[in-house]
Amino acid sequence: MNTRSIASLLLTTALTFAAAGVASAQDKTVKIGALSDQSGLYADLGGPGSTLAAQMAVEDSGLAAKGWKIDIISGDHQNKPDIGTAIARQWFDVDKVDIIVDVPNSGVALAVNNVIKEKNGVYINSGAATSDLTNAQCSPNTVHWTYDTYMLAHTTGQALVKAGGDTWFFLTADYAFGAALERDTSAVVTANGGKVVGGVKHPLNTPDFSSFLLQAQASKAKIIGLANAGGDTTNTIKQAAEFGIGKGGQKLAALLLFLTDVKAIGLETAQGLNFTETFYWDMNDQTRAFSKRFAAKMKNNAPPTMVQAGVYAGVRHYLKALEALGGNPHDGVKIVEKMKSMPTEDDLFGKGEIQPNGRTIHSAYLFEVKKPSESKGPWDFYKLVGTVPGDQAFTPLSESKCALLKK
Amino acid sequence: MQALYAQLLVGLINGSFYALLSLGLAVIFGMLNIINFAHGALYMMGAFVAYFLLNLGGINYWWALLLAPIIVGIFGMILERTMLQWLTGLDHLYGLLLTFGIALIVQGVFQNYFGSSGLPYAIPDQLKGGMNLGFMFLPVYRGWVVVFSLVVCLATWFLIEKTQLGAYLRAATENPTLVRAFGINVPRMITLTYGLGVGLAALAGVLSAPINQVRPLMGADLIIVVFAVVVIGGMGSIMGSIITGFALGVIEGLTKYFYPEASNTVVFVLMVLVLLVKPTGLTGRAA
Repeated sequence: MNTRSIASLLLTTALTFAAAGVASAQDKTVKIGALSDQSGLYADLGGPGSTLAAQMAVEDSGLAAKGWKIDIISGDHQNKPDIGTAIARQWFDVDKVDIIVDVPNSGVALAVNNVIKEKNGVYINSGAATSDLTNAQCSPNTVHWTYDTYMLAHTTGQALVKAGGDTWFFLTADYAFGAALERDTSAVVTANGGKVVGGVKHPLNTPDFSSFLLQAQASKAKIIGLANAGGDTTNTIKQAAEFGIGKGGQKLAALLLFLTDVKAIGLETAQGLNFTETFYWDMNDQTRAFSKRFAAKMKNNAPPTMVQAGVYAGVRHYLKALEALGGNPHDGVKIVEKMKSMPTEDDLFGKGEIQPNGRTIHSAYLFEVKKPSESKGPWDFYKLVGTVPGDQAFTPLSESKCALLKK
Repeated sequence: MQALYAQLLVGLINGSFYALLSLGLAVIFGMLNIINFAHGALYMMGAFVAYFLLNLGGINYWWALLLAPIIVGIFGMILERTMLQWLTGLDHLYGLLLTFGIALIVQGVFQNYFGSSGLPYAIPDQLKGGMNLGFMFLPVYRGWVVVFSLVVCLATWFLIEKTQLGAYLRAATENPTLVRAFGINVPRMITLTYGLGVGLAALAGVLSAPINQVRPLMGADLIIVVFAVVVIGGMGSIMGSIITGFALGVIEGLTKYFYPEASNTVVFVLMVLVLLVKPTGLTGRAA
């Protein structure tokens, strides 16, 4: 054995001890990974804005002044589950990430869910919609913030059926998210005496919806339910207006619509649409103050979407739990248990709680898109038409199939 | 049956974009021997120029139809003069890599400033509304797209295949040295041809602005399909790319009706079949 290999052996041993030292409870280092679609159709609703939200959460926590060292890295899953899981694995194995946040796209989100459970990390999902994350596929490492398909179905969907929209035709994005949203909304429609007369599945990221819209038009259903998101939803709504679908008496139900989508469609076409979100920048003084700070740091001065707000609130709550634990135990299950035991409270979502299945409960709001004449600023888009309390908006524990509840 | 007519018509509309874009690609490949991967980005630039003209300069859609292709065409000619011309005589791969790199840079720059969800562009007032054809409600604007792009495609075909200028162009690709001996400025002609191909892409971009969002990635999503169209039609064949463009739009439209899940793969399946049976494409000559 030459000197060089002895030196490297010593170095390795030293590093091993150092690593062991890091794992103690007094350890105050944290690494956050913001995994999102950074350049595709969901990039504006999550993407770089979600990384910024995580950074602001770290700054606002004030933990740096108390001796904590918190790093954030970001990754682009490109809406592909294989890329998402590969990044997640590398983050845990090589980069020693403790927590992954955001992850829009339900397909990627469910795949990453398994990796995080296997690696015993922490998962705060804000971007994905599928209610399976806290239902059939729930995990002790996962907290699902912001919204899910059950909530969307039981707010927008239910309100439309009750207003007389009793026949539905679905335009569904052909992957996990679309399937979950169609499933949950169909259940609400039939439970309220309505009927689903048909549907068509379209590939993710479709530029032209005219074929699908013609099929929806021919179905004569009163409501055309859009079980898609982001760029797909904006294209559908724009093109539906072109084909005169609103004028024929059929109504579009944008089951999932984000602030950035409304901006992309333009108020002229989007006005009057009803939909549900759990956060809007112009709700109260706290949300306005946060959004102002946030927009100042965004390239196009956009205020946060509800997904980005959820990342902020989720990371704040995670850091509160770590502080209460007195250090980072690097044990996902333990940290998530602590998070569940503490009530959530922040400036953006108000008071809430995390249920044993990982679902965060907070109020949901029914909005209507303003007319162009009512809008007073570049992002002044929504009118509040109703509030649904958290316990009515999200899956009741009695209906949840989550295995964590059967202890 | 009514639904089928409607789907055929919708297919023709999408086919118009495929035809315009693949035509530009075919012109560039036929004359310059460059596989222009920047085509999608230039298409996107056409839509953005229309957006800027309207929102910054108050210049309407009709002027944009004329100005955007010229502006983007000039940008293309600068690209050709400063970069592409040095690749003459090299393997196709170099042109492909260079133009692909340009596309990524252009898209990245636009994405940096405009995000990815896109900007709205309204349909011009004269083309708003629609007419009831009995079997479907046809938005006037979509009808306009089909007619206008058919005219542009045929005019381009005529220019290249039937005029003196076109004859020079075709001769210059066959044997540049000989054509130069006749006193014709071949490099300038090649630059102008690239400008023409790019202008066609920008024109398609302006046409699509009111239908789709004006998005930095609008071209990237489309370009792969358009390349498949060019391959099926036969690389470099002008008429071939026009006809295949429209035909594939229709086939895709029918797939959206009969088996929607396959609608974004059907073009590639066809491409594979064509390549297996006739590797030069449906109308292509052997190289």
